[in-house]
Amino acid sequence: MSLETLWFAVIAVLFMGYLFLEGFDYGVGMLLPFLGRTDQERRALLATIGPVWDANEVWLITAGGALFAAFPNWYATLFSGFYLGLALLLGGLIVRGVGIEFRSKDRHPAWRRRWDALIAVGSAIPPIVWGLAMGNMLHGVAINAQMNYVGGFLALINPYAVLGAIAAVLLFLLHGALYLDLKAPEALAERAHRWAYPIGIAATVSYFLFVVLSYFYANFVHRLGVDPGPIPIMAGLSMVAIRVFLPGRHRVAAFWAGALTIVLSTASVFLALYPRVMISTLNPRWSLTIYNAASNPYSLKVMTIVAVTVLPIVLAYQAWSYWIFRRRVSFKDTFHY
Amino acid sequence: MTQEGLARLQFGTMTIYHFLFVPITIGLSFLLAILETRYWRTRKPEDKKVLDFFGRLFLINFAVGVVTGILQEFQFGMNWSNYSRFVGDVFGAPLAVEALAAFFLESTFIGLWVFGWDKLSPRLHTWTMWLVAIGTSLSAFWILTANSFMQEPVGYKIVHGHAEMVNFFALLGNPQLWVEFPHVEVGALSTGAFFVVSISAYFLLFRPEYRDWFLPPFRIGLLVAATGSVLAIVIGHEQAQHLIVAQPMKMAASEALWHTTGLHAAWSVVAFFNPVTHHTWFSLSIPDLLSILAYNRLSGRVLGISELQALYVHRYGPGYYVPPVLVTFWSFRIMVLFGFLMAGVAIWGLVLVYKRRVADRPRYLKIAMWAVGLPLIANIMGWVMTEVGRQPWIVFGLQKTIDGVSPNVSLTEVLITLIGFTVLYAIMGVIEVRLLLKFIRWGPEPPDLEADEAEVASETPSISPF
Repeated sequence: MSLETLWFAVIAVLFMGYLFLEGFDYGVGMLLPFLGRTDQERRALLATIGPVWDANEVWLITAGGALFAAFPNWYATLFSGFYLGLALLLGGLIVRGVGIEFRSKDRHPAWRRRWDALIAVGSAIPPIVWGLAMGNMLHGVAINAQMNYVGGFLALINPYAVLGAIAAVLLFLLHGALYLDLKAPEALAERAHRWAYPIGIAATVSYFLFVVLSYFYANFVHRLGVDPGPIPIMAGLSMVAIRVFLPGRHRVAAFWAGALTIVLSTASVFLALYPRVMISTLNPRWSLTIYNAASNPYSLKVMTIVAVTVLPIVLAYQAWSYWIFRRRVSFKDTFHY
Repeated sequence: MTQEGLARLQFGTMTIYHFLFVPITIGLSFLLAILETRYWRTRKPEDKKVLDFFGRLFLINFAVGVVTGILQEFQFGMNWSNYSRFVGDVFGAPLAVEALAAFFLESTFIGLWVFGWDKLSPRLHTWTMWLVAIGTSLSAFWILTANSFMQEPVGYKIVHGHAEMVNFFALLGNPQLWVEFPHVEVGALSTGAFFVVSISAYFLLFRPEYRDWFLPPFRIGLLVAATGSVLAIVIGHEQAQHLIVAQPMKMAASEALWHTTGLHAAWSVVAFFNPVTHHTWFSLSIPDLLSILAYNRLSGRVLGISELQALYVHRYGPGYYVPPVLVTFWSFRIMVLFGFLMAGVAIWGLVLVYKRRVADRPRYLKIAMWAVGLPLIANIMGWVMTEVGRQPWIVFGLQKTIDGVSPNVSLTEVLITLIGFTVLYAIMGVIEVRLLLKFIRWGPEPPDLEADEAEVASETPSISPF
């Protein structure tokens, strides 16, 4: 495996980790004002992600940093091209982050209600932006010979990408509900469990609609053929499996099926792109590939050594923190948020 | 204003804002770690309450530092895509390592610290805060590794018009890094320490019931603040001497030296000049001091702006290579002045503490209460001098700032995000300061915010259908 391919895989893994972990944080954030009816319930909902959401978000920061380091041209094209979308993403992340920290710092109901609404909106923005980005990246965008996106902001809001955004929002809502089924106090978990059915149906429909549309809009069919291979198929199967696990109260299995759907779908998007990273609709030769977007081999080698040394330690202590907070949240706990 | 101008304004505004919170986080996490280590020795309930009190303030501050930090990382690609393409090969690596080695550490362990009081042993719990502190400082190290490359590029070669890394250890051994990082680090430690000192001074002065509670953090804070400030001055002196070798133009601009000095260079304490005509109306100078500062001896020439401009035209081709002199000159002076004031306030306080007179010196306590402003302004001024003084380069000698902007991002788009983020940051700043003030006023024994809510919790909420 070439170093470029390895780093393409690392970026993919970082995004999988980010969307899996931060995915349920977004889901919980979006559900917060709806699922939580009393203030106490909302605090309990926030307590389920309280100790971990900040570290989950670092997966995105690491993905961004790794993108910059390993594929500077990809980073530059993507971030300058989807400029306003990313600005929106940042705005959402900022509001959501301070919202979670600030909402319980004042007892005034209006203060808390307002922050809860902002947390929900701020949690919805990232899936919307990444969903739009996914649709546009699969379809290809107007990239010129200098690797710059020249299509303008409004061209990014096309029906295919919008459907991607809707599917992403619903998928993360479902992911959040399944997470709460595991972690929230029983009464709330029960409610989340019941909500998972209708959300699940909507998510499944939009998900497969997006898959079907991908055969018409995405830029991989002529290359990969109709059979997408095992990973996308498993992604679709695990999406269906959620519905199978729900009625039997296999909470853990349902959650992991949802997690698998997110991880494998993300992997599928990266597989569909490979070895391109940003597809040009103006001229196929202007597409960014892992080769013309990558850093030099020395730089990649250094990064590989660092990643191989540090990443296992990071994974170990992050896993340990999940182990420490493995218990289901209870209303008797003292809530920090 | 041009797109470059707006993009610079945006980067400057966002960075200055971010850097108001980050040094407090770095310094305060160390202070919290010390306070917690101390608490498990004394096991006094009031020490725990004081620790929790500073912990609450820390978290409010930490949240704003974290969320504004994400924007920093994304901004390079958004507004400075040509720069990103040019240096990503070298510059991206320290950023990625920062996220991997530092951000994960601080964010995972802050979660464990906040939520782990009843889940971890005292020893382990204390360690979580030490690890947060180490994480924040590691983060400073890696981001300054990246920044040092912009000041003094090393370990690279230019291939097909962009910089490629050839030696990672050269980046780590960058001489600029080893004056810049220690200076920023001790500056940040004193900032956190002054934060503790100022707030403790408020309690010593106005809340006599808590006097005994806040004397220990006050003392510890003063000790760290004094050590940090003095070291910041000493290392700052080293840094200036390195500047003469590495970036003489920045030095000349920060001294408003229009022409190369004679053998005995004087140092202007203040000078009022017109940066266009180079006319100086008034200046107050100390003879020989610049030579001493530059070379640690009584004589030595320091290169002036005109001579360096001629040299740079010769070296880099036609162009104007002089940074904004007015800003560089004054930011340097304010930083130096405030740095000395920090050291003065901290040492004065230590003397009073040593004489056991601090509690009956309200005038000193009043000064100490406001002293947190000194490091905050000194930090910002230091960065303004470093980054404005680097202009017109984005990477010194390799790429000009104007060539680094995103060619496909319009003026309107930059304007939208500039206004959007500035408004967002302003609102957030107001809320943050009000929360901090509220929590400071409430002190170490705050009212129970959820007192009435307990009843709500006990009654099981009825489950209604979806």
